[in-house]
This record gives sequence, C-alpha cells and structure tokens, in this order.
Amino acid sequence: MSAPTINLTLKVWRQGRTDKKGRFETYPANNISTDMSFLEMLDVVNEELTKKGIEPIAFDHDCREGICGMCGAVINGRAHGKERETTLCQLHMRHFKDGETIVIEPWRARAFKLVKDLVVDRSALDQIIQAGGYISVNAGGPQDANSIPVPREKADLAFNAAACIGCGACVAACPNSSAMLFIGAKVSHLALLPQGRPEAARRVRAMVRKMDELGFGNCSNEAECEVECPKGISIREIARLNRELMKAELKSA
Amino acid sequence: MNTLANIFTTSIGKKLMMAVTGLGFCIFLLIHLLGNLTLYVGRQTFESYVEHLHALGPLITVAELGLLFFLIIHVSTGAVLFVQNLRARPVRYAVNKWAGGRTIGSATAPYTGFLILVFIIFHLLNFHFVEHPGGLVFNTVSATFSSALYVCLYMAAMVVVAIHVRHGFWSLFQTLGANHPKYMPIIQGAGIVFALLVGFGFGLIPLYIGWGI
Repeated sequence: MSAPTINLTLKVWRQGRTDKKGRFETYPANNISTDMSFLEMLDVVNEELTKKGIEPIAFDHDCREGICGMCGAVINGRAHGKERETTLCQLHMRHFKDGETIVIEPWRARAFKLVKDLVVDRSALDQIIQAGGYISVNAGGPQDANSIPVPREKADLAFNAAACIGCGACVAACPNSSAMLFIGAKVSHLALLPQGRPEAARRVRAMVRKMDELGFGNCSNEAECEVECPKGISIREIARLNRELMKAELKSA
Repeated sequence: MNTLANIFTTSIGKKLMMAVTGLGFCIFLLIHLLGNLTLYVGRQTFESYVEHLHALGPLITVAELGLLFFLIIHVSTGAVLFVQNLRARPVRYAVNKWAGGRTIGSATAPYTGFLILVFIIFHLLNFHFVEHPGGLVFNTVSATFSSALYVCLYMAAMVVVAIHVRHGFWSLFQTLGANHPKYMPIIQGAGIVFALLVGFGFGLIPLYIGWGI
C-alpha cells in the first residue's frame, strides 16, 4: 500500500554565490509522498525545477540518517522543523498538511556566511574546535584498555554531550546567534573524562575566546537551543561550560 | 586584576557580571519588599521602620553607592550585550517562532530592563530626592498614591519588574553554573514565586494606600 500524497507550496530562500542579497521564490511541490523525508521532498522539487530549466535549490546533506550534522534549514521559523530531536533529513512529510505553505530559510548568523540558497559556511564551528576542542595524544604504544577508570555516571554525562553533531541548529535557533550550546557540549564532553582533564583549563579559555572572536552572539539563557537540538543536548552543558571557564580563569597564573 | 579582566572581557564574563549584579538586585528587592510590607500594617509601623532604617546612617550610604555601582554595571553590560546580540544576526528570519525555551521574561529582558531603569529614576525623584511633608515619608506615600495616575504607573511598573525578575532569577543560577536536574525545577519555581511576590507585594501597595482598601 502506498502512502498518501500531499501538495505543498514552498517559499524558499534563493541566493546565488555572488548575490549580495537573496529573495524568496515560490515553488509548488506536488504529489509528495508522506513517507518522504524533507530532503527527499526537496529532491523531487529540484528534479521538477531542473526540467523547467530553473537552477535547483542548493542544500547541504550527507548521511540522511540524522547523524552527520550536514543538513539543516529553518522550516516555518523552526530549526530542522518543529518535530523534537530530528534533523531535517529525519523530518518526514507526514508532519505537514495537504495544501500547506512551507517557508524554508537558511541558518542565519553573522558567523555563518551564506554560500548559496540554503547552504551556509559553518567552518566557524570547526575553528572553535581547532582552538582547543581536542585531546592531545602524543605518539606512543597503545594503552591497555580500561587502564584509566571512568565512573559510569561521568561516562554517561560525557556521552550525552558527545552526541553533538555540530549541525549548527543551536546557533540558528538562538535569538542571539550564540554558539554556547555547541561549545558547552564540546567542553563538557572532554572535561568530564579523565583524558580531557589535563587540558581542560586551556581548552575552555581558548574555545570561548575563539567563539567571541568569530562574531557569535552572547547567551542570554533563552533556552531555545536545547529545544531545537536534534540530539537533545541540555543547557546544563552551558552551565558546566560557565563553571569550567570560572575555574580555569580563577586558577590561571 | 588580570584574572578579572580575562573573565570579564569574554561573553561568559559579561553574563557573569549580569548574574552577580542581578543577584544583588534580587537581595535588594527582597529587603525593600520586607520593609515596605510594613505599609500594610499601618502608618506607625512604617514610620518606625523608616526611623530604624535611617538610624543605620553610613551603612545606608554604603549600600546606596553599592547599588549605584551595580546598576551602572548591569545597565552598561546589558546595553553592550543587546547591541552585540543584534549585530550577531544581520539578516533576520522572515518567520520567527518560539521553539518553547523562551518566556515572555527572557524575550523582553532588554526592554523591561530599560523600562525599569526609567522607573528607578522616576521613583527616586518621587520618593528619595524630595522633602517629605512634615518630615514623614508616609505623607509622601499617601500624597503620591492619592493620584490615580501614580497608582496605575506604579502598578504597571511592578508588572514589568515581575516579568524581568521571572527570567533574571533562574537565569542568574544558570549563568553561575548552578544547573542540576534535581535542583533546577526548584530554582525555576522559586523564580516564579519570587516574581509574583515582588509583583503583588509592591504592586498592591499603591492600591492599598491610594484607595484605603
């Protein structure tokens, strides 16, 4: 049995690589199976556009399994759409009504330069990681497994934070375009584990400074990020980030 | 000194300044409210509270200067954050929806903050920098709230303060790093209770005095 189909109207942000300004274009999306993901729906629309000689809508995607963090757009004012804990590729068309108009916008932030249509440059997040979001592993023989004991509770907390896929929805959803949930997750993930402790102070200071330098906004505890995060990361990670920074600065020489 | 400069030049440092000064204002609000509750008891009780308060002398001046210092930090940092946050999103969204994290308090914090600043200046001109008729503060209170306009203004101001505090109270704990699944709901609840106490506690005074309810 095939799934029911729906007809939609898309209002999509179009902006070429060299365009200073973009605009909304309206396209029909007809006979969309409700079993399709949002990206598959865009694929169908793009095929139609190509047939008509219109440049297809550019959007980022990769695994389409909700784990790579490549896809993402603001759907009717909500990052990755209004379903909880989903990426755009895991948002299914059954959540939309027949005849509905869907407004599709790219992530908006000064730190995310628009590349084309719905594609934005999120390398600012990579720069934050490069500033300190790693553990230095010097060369040597592999250690015995479990030679460093990690309490189960700590491992679970670290894993919750490590679930971040770096999609940038927190920045897009934040009324201030702040990246605090992202670096909160990255700092927490490493600071909770013994392997991450030696560099914890240096890491948090470097990452926060980098974030500020890149033009992200300031967190004002709006908590929109934790609602939109496809991995359900809590603003408790931001509180931990704040603690880590205070500790690091107060103990610094 | 270097440590402080290092903290306060970061975005998190600015949040910390908002949180610490905000905590100061919450404590001030609580003390101010406890004092003003004497108005519900009556003229004598209130005047005796005023007398005891003024008897503290230099301590009051220290507290006033401290509050002024906190106010300057809170307002100037808040203004910087507001401008930086606006600039962080040069192209706005065409469709804006609240995902469910925001509250009226959090979404309006800069604006309610500005209104509160205006109110504080107005309130000080009204009660602090005036000659009290017969040397009694109560006379100023009853004269002010005999005007319906003042009653409305003060009540509206207290609604604004309650909205600001509703976000500010839990927010300062979050900023100071105190967020724990067990305690955060209690802090959130306490914030709402505190906002209601402030709103109703102060807000009903003009009605009580003005119309002798």
